[in-house]
Amino acid sequence: MHHVWKPAVMAVVLGCGWAMPAAAQELKIAMSSEPSSADPHYHNLTPNNQIARHVYEPLVFMDEYQAIGPGLASSWKIVDDKTWEFRLRANVKFHDGSPLTVDDVIFTFNRVPNVPKSPAPKTSYIAGKTIEKVDDLTFRVKTPNPEALMLNHLANIEIMSAKASGNVTTEDINAGKGAVGTGPYQFVEFVPGDRLVLKRNDAYWGAKEPWEKVTFRFIKSDPTRVAALLSGDVDVIETVPTADAQRLSKDPKVSVASALSNRLVYLHMDRYRAETPFVKGKDGSQIKNPFHDLKVRQAINKAINRPAIVERIMEGEAVPASQMLPDSYAGTSKKLKPVAYDVEGARKLLAEAGFPNGFKLTIHGPNGRYTNDTKIIEAVAQMLTRVGIEASVETLPPAVFFSRASSGGPDKQPEFSMILAGWSAGTGEPSHSLRALLGTFNPKMGSGSANRGRYSNPAMDAVLDRALSTVDFDKRNVLLAEAAEIAMGDVGLIPIHYQKNTWAAKKGLKVTPRTDEYTLAMSVRP
Amino acid sequence: MLAFVIRRLAQAFFVVVAMVVLVFFGTYVIGDPVWMMVPGDATQEQVEEVRRTFGFDQPVYMQFLTFLGDVLRGEFGRSYVHGSSAIGLILDRMPATLELALAALILAIVIGIPLGLFAGLKPDHPVSRGIMAVSILGFSLPTFWVGLMLIMLFSVMLGWLPATGRGPVISILGIETSLFSLEGWRHLFLPALNLALLKISLVIRLTRSGAREASLQDYVKFARAKGLSPRRIIGVHILKNIMIPIVTVLGLEFGSLVAFSVVTETIFAWPGMGKLLLEAIQRLDRPLIVGYVMVVVLLFVTINLIVDILYSALDPRVRLTGSQS
Repeated sequence: MHHVWKPAVMAVVLGCGWAMPAAAQELKIAMSSEPSSADPHYHNLTPNNQIARHVYEPLVFMDEYQAIGPGLASSWKIVDDKTWEFRLRANVKFHDGSPLTVDDVIFTFNRVPNVPKSPAPKTSYIAGKTIEKVDDLTFRVKTPNPEALMLNHLANIEIMSAKASGNVTTEDINAGKGAVGTGPYQFVEFVPGDRLVLKRNDAYWGAKEPWEKVTFRFIKSDPTRVAALLSGDVDVIETVPTADAQRLSKDPKVSVASALSNRLVYLHMDRYRAETPFVKGKDGSQIKNPFHDLKVRQAINKAINRPAIVERIMEGEAVPASQMLPDSYAGTSKKLKPVAYDVEGARKLLAEAGFPNGFKLTIHGPNGRYTNDTKIIEAVAQMLTRVGIEASVETLPPAVFFSRASSGGPDKQPEFSMILAGWSAGTGEPSHSLRALLGTFNPKMGSGSANRGRYSNPAMDAVLDRALSTVDFDKRNVLLAEAAEIAMGDVGLIPIHYQKNTWAAKKGLKVTPRTDEYTLAMSVRP
Repeated sequence: MLAFVIRRLAQAFFVVVAMVVLVFFGTYVIGDPVWMMVPGDATQEQVEEVRRTFGFDQPVYMQFLTFLGDVLRGEFGRSYVHGSSAIGLILDRMPATLELALAALILAIVIGIPLGLFAGLKPDHPVSRGIMAVSILGFSLPTFWVGLMLIMLFSVMLGWLPATGRGPVISILGIETSLFSLEGWRHLFLPALNLALLKISLVIRLTRSGAREASLQDYVKFARAKGLSPRRIIGVHILKNIMIPIVTVLGLEFGSLVAFSVVTETIFAWPGMGKLLLEAIQRLDRPLIVGYVMVVVLLFVTINLIVDILYSALDPRVRLTGSQS
């Protein structure tokens, strides 16, 4: 048998050898999720935005810590509370060779709200902003009210060419027509379900990229993505599964890079009903909503063993949380620390609140939306049971969960009593998170848009409003920290942990991890 | 014959309509797709805006009427997420899936029939017992696990074959295929084998029982008495007679290979329509799900039709008639 097989094995091995020598200049990255389009203004989601960032560039850049710096605009100044003046870089050319001017910025601002059938337009970033052209490279942005987050918003708007992209549709851009930006890479092709290919922009205004060609492969299945790296199919993978991160970091052929992310995993509690449907007395009778009592909320906060969740469930790929964002971000409070695990203290607080025997509770959450979400909810339920709150778990597919958690109840109100969810602070600062998750629910004002517990604290709202109209960076940060201290002191929500983002690469490649979960070829260096 | 085909097509039409109605209302009941489209930090106003854009604010019967109107105008709906024609997206991915299913079918025949014949003709041989034992594993091991094991063994540990994706494609008569290059087959082999495992076991068992039964028949004894060579008895007389159930089953199974390649496509990141369906279901992309169901129902009907015609060619006693038999 042996010698029969040998030639066959040899042939296969030789076949592989022939396919092996991949060009050193090509970079293959496996992504866990696929963009829905190559049009940068079509769908405001991370998978789309991170791909767009290679081809198109915004006026201001966010670095790997989401700190803001000059982008296509080389400088700016605040003329008055409601007027900003920007100056474009003089030497920037689009991929078709035409120079970048203020007309392209004006074109982009007109295009963003008018992308047909966009499932998630970027309109909110430019709402209320009007552009006045001063000269070809200088313009002013005016807003009706002081706009503290001007730069954070502009960092999300990719500038397109008025000349090359004037009349192109989303489908044209997917096919490569009018996919013209100023970025370090040029668009080559997008094969939905399979890959997206870019090539280096040799006329780039900044430092040239080391990669002649970049191929993004879309591999949703976690074990397959890891196998693709180990077998050499790809050079870099994003979203390393927590179960594999430890093992890969010991593998001599692989290097692992991770960074604390801007994603908070938290619990929201029903704060708008007198009786809440998924809380019952131990005997099954309907009782009053216990979450209105600060002591109950504090008890739950103490009952959760955050280090255990981080160590056992997240396998170290997370950090216990105390507020909306890790305190390495500007505008966070340095005073807030994760609440310590204290079973006795929790029992005592529950007894003081009039629940010496606890109550029954069902916690709801999505299944497969956040890293290890179901396991986290199960752990939380066990920890609550230990202090007397008999908690059971119901997880749902994300599509069902978010629909019911946001508007599944009577009068289109949130349906559940306690939910687990996650939140990623795309603006890179805490005001947006505070306003969306803890601001008083008010659809007209855009406040409390993801406040599925309907927590409301006028004192926090007032401080936050002041922060949002304070354009001065340092003064605003003091106010934001104060708002966070008020909301956390009142246990408006229960922070559990901040996720880490992890990348793995072939040994010899260096990946600079990013806090905003973006996977960029620009972060990979040989 | 013609009447038979027309009757079949009419039946197919009603099956498609019934499936579309079921799937349309089924996905409506599951949840609100808007939450899978907007970013996590969307405000209530943005959510409402998207609802209006896509007509989710309308009552479900209005949404259904709008959809029917579109269908009558030849527009089968645009994917909510991708913004392009749902049928177009599915047809773009179809060659990859058909290619995978075809390769799996070929593997099932090439591996299954010889092994099954051997096991059927020499039932007491130890190798036959081995074949039957392994075929039980083929039935009982879950596809996703076997797929991962294949990747671990052949790609990660041995490094012989690529772990994921489809090889370079060549356009032949307007159809993009990777069947005609070595690199294409290197990518295709593992997913095709994974998809074929269950079918190989099925073919082994069918062939074996057919062969055991046929070898005891009078015509085989007579052929043997006539002094025909064993090769001719097996290759012509036995094989031809046991092919009828195998063709029927494989025909039906081809449909299921195409329709249920979802798991294999996901594990091997194969850019086929199964992967598309899975993502569409996760995102509640209703036009895409409905489009997929329509395409698959049509595919099943076509395959059944071909099987019936082949059946009559293999067995002259069967005649296709318009009347109900």
